[in-house]
Amino acid sequence: MSFVLSEEQELIQETAREFVRSQGSIDALRTLRDQRSEPGYDTKLWREMADLGWTGIPFPEEYGGAGLGHAELGIVLEQLGTRLVISPMLSTVVLAGGVILEAGSPEQKQNFLTRIVGGEAVLALAYQETPRHDPWAIATTAREAGGGYVLTGRKTLVLDGAAADHWIVAARTSGEPGEREGLSLFIVDRDTEGVSIESTFLIDSRSAANLSLDGVHLGTDRLLGELGSGAEVLETTFDRAMVAIASEMLGGIQEVFDQTVAYLKEREQFGVKIGSFQALKHRIARVFCEVELTRSIVTDAWRALDEEDPARSKIASTCKARASDTYHLASNESIQLHGGIGVTDEQDIGFFLKRARVCELLLGDSSYQRRRFAELSGY
Amino acid sequence: MSDPEDFRRETRAWLEDNCPASVRAPVADIKYLYWGGRRAEFLDDDSQVWFERMLERGWTVPDWPVEYGGAGLSQSEQRILQSEMRRLNCRPPLFSYGITMLAPVLLEYGTDEQKSRFLPPIARGEIRWCQGYSEPAAGSDLASLQCRAVLEGGEYLVDGQKIWTSDADISDWIFCLVRTDPSAPKHDGISFLLIDLESGGVSISPIPLISGASPFCQTFFDSVRVPSQQRVGPENGGWSIAKHLLQHERAMLAQAIPGVRPPKRSSLLDVARRSLNTPQGPLPDAGLRDELVQLQMDRICYRATLARNTAAVRAGKGPGSESSMFKLYVSELNQRSEDWRHRAAGTEGLGWDGEGFDPEEIQATRSWLYGKASTILGGTSEIQLNIIAKRVLGLPD
Repeated sequence: MSFVLSEEQELIQETAREFVRSQGSIDALRTLRDQRSEPGYDTKLWREMADLGWTGIPFPEEYGGAGLGHAELGIVLEQLGTRLVISPMLSTVVLAGGVILEAGSPEQKQNFLTRIVGGEAVLALAYQETPRHDPWAIATTAREAGGGYVLTGRKTLVLDGAAADHWIVAARTSGEPGEREGLSLFIVDRDTEGVSIESTFLIDSRSAANLSLDGVHLGTDRLLGELGSGAEVLETTFDRAMVAIASEMLGGIQEVFDQTVAYLKEREQFGVKIGSFQALKHRIARVFCEVELTRSIVTDAWRALDEEDPARSKIASTCKARASDTYHLASNESIQLHGGIGVTDEQDIGFFLKRARVCELLLGDSSYQRRRFAELSGY
Repeated sequence: MSDPEDFRRETRAWLEDNCPASVRAPVADIKYLYWGGRRAEFLDDDSQVWFERMLERGWTVPDWPVEYGGAGLSQSEQRILQSEMRRLNCRPPLFSYGITMLAPVLLEYGTDEQKSRFLPPIARGEIRWCQGYSEPAAGSDLASLQCRAVLEGGEYLVDGQKIWTSDADISDWIFCLVRTDPSAPKHDGISFLLIDLESGGVSISPIPLISGASPFCQTFFDSVRVPSQQRVGPENGGWSIAKHLLQHERAMLAQAIPGVRPPKRSSLLDVARRSLNTPQGPLPDAGLRDELVQLQMDRICYRATLARNTAAVRAGKGPGSESSMFKLYVSELNQRSEDWRHRAAGTEGLGWDGEGFDPEEIQATRSWLYGKASTILGGTSEIQLNIIAKRVLGLPD
């Protein structure tokens, strides 16, 4: 992968584009929003996505996967982003699946990855506890007791957490909140005693639960990866997930930008197309530049992950920061350039604005990413 | 065409035998390249030897036809030669606006006689050309230019003034846009003239800038006589030539020139480390740190865009619409970087000259000030935005 798609990748892109187009406009999203009920996504659609092989893109063939790269995953996510398709791709395939692929035992991989690939299980990664992304702030504890672990704490913004069959919970087996060391990962089944779920819906109509873990007893076989090695696993997974979500964002950015250019060519005021006004031309031309830069860095991040570029963490942060700022810019400019109709619910732009804000904050907004970049660079 | 691998092998061997060692290193500034012209001087003896050897093979302008002083290389041979020169770090033997800007115009629009008369002296580095486009009252609105040329008995009588004529004071000839029909719509009354700067009635004065001395000049024409054979293209057909040439100029401005590498400067981080007295670890000024990361991330994204563009061209799929943002973005990014470098240095960057200030700091001050021109010359940022809106996004006039 070096900026230009291969024939195989173009085929994947075309399949995804057709699939998303066949869903029509974002009316499906309106329906889900108005229903406000779990699981919060269209299970029939999710089945189709699994049948197309998308749930297996990043997983090895031995688990039924396609053994493809981050580029192929990103290509599909970009297309899904153009119509704001709601699905557990991010929660199950990218985040939870990513953690299991990175740290799971052979049995755990066999058990969970095979079911993820088959579209038979939804998994959620429960890591966040603070309003702003801060992965080492985890205060949830996992105390060793009776030949196993007892988990106590609260998790917030667990994507697809209410519908999930299993949660992967990050908890502290040593150290204090704020420390990178001392984190461990556990697999918790849905019906486990001591877990209570609070179902919530976000501004972008996606489902994200709050979880309470009140003395949840787990056997040692529920530990995922080495004891105390959670931070490395999360960091690796987050790098990949930041790029994955930026890929989805790129699709939304391009769509909201294209719709705005089309509107500038169609809307008339003062007897002329508003796209003839220089004040508006310059605003949209600035957005164009940012869209191009975003496309470049997302594509480069796919390469960096697939080639295991030593700078991939910095590139992933650059990619997420850029996508966040550009989605913010493009959706906000779109509303302003649409004028009054831009703030109505009837117009689709608002859905992109809301999705943009959620995507910005997931896994760290651009301010967080810049701080991380500085730390990774040693200043 | 010969076998490309043979050509590569022969080229490599010839360069290794003929490029003097001292020429296999970049110069610090474009002005140290050999520009040719009546008053040209070589940087040193090796530069002269290198120039003469390359000239003999037609390799000062390798892709030009042999009859005009080139070597008639195909595009792929030209690329091989360039890559072999890069491999050895060879400087270009001759660099000039005659080669980069005027020649593409002459090859496209010139008569056979004009090509034979003007191209060989460019190839041989005998005549140095400069560009006469802008006028005091015609900057971004270039087509409103007023410098008059009236045809009288086979000669144009030229009266008017050009500004921002880079290096006019050390050039021999100027290619100029002049008004030949004041009554026509502004784009339809312009012609493209070639004028010898030694003609009677030409006077030139350099323009000092906020950064100090500069290559920019004003050029005045007072009843200058120019034979009509020195008009390129049809009378009043100069505007399409001008646009063609501006595309070459923009492409040139967005590219690094081979053989030129500015001296290594402190990194932006080093500047902040010095002024904050923090040799290592986190920078204590969180705001400055955040700004620095933003600049670095912007640079990474810009480079990725250049790489994407190059990859698309190589794969036969491009260049895509991203090409239209390069000049706009890189000039603004450089300007922001220079501004940050100067501000981050603190009061150490406030010295103009003299003792007590580091030469690098004084240079940083000059670069910051000179950099203010980069978003103006070659089409202002606002003109670039107009171009994107019109040509890429297809927005109406």
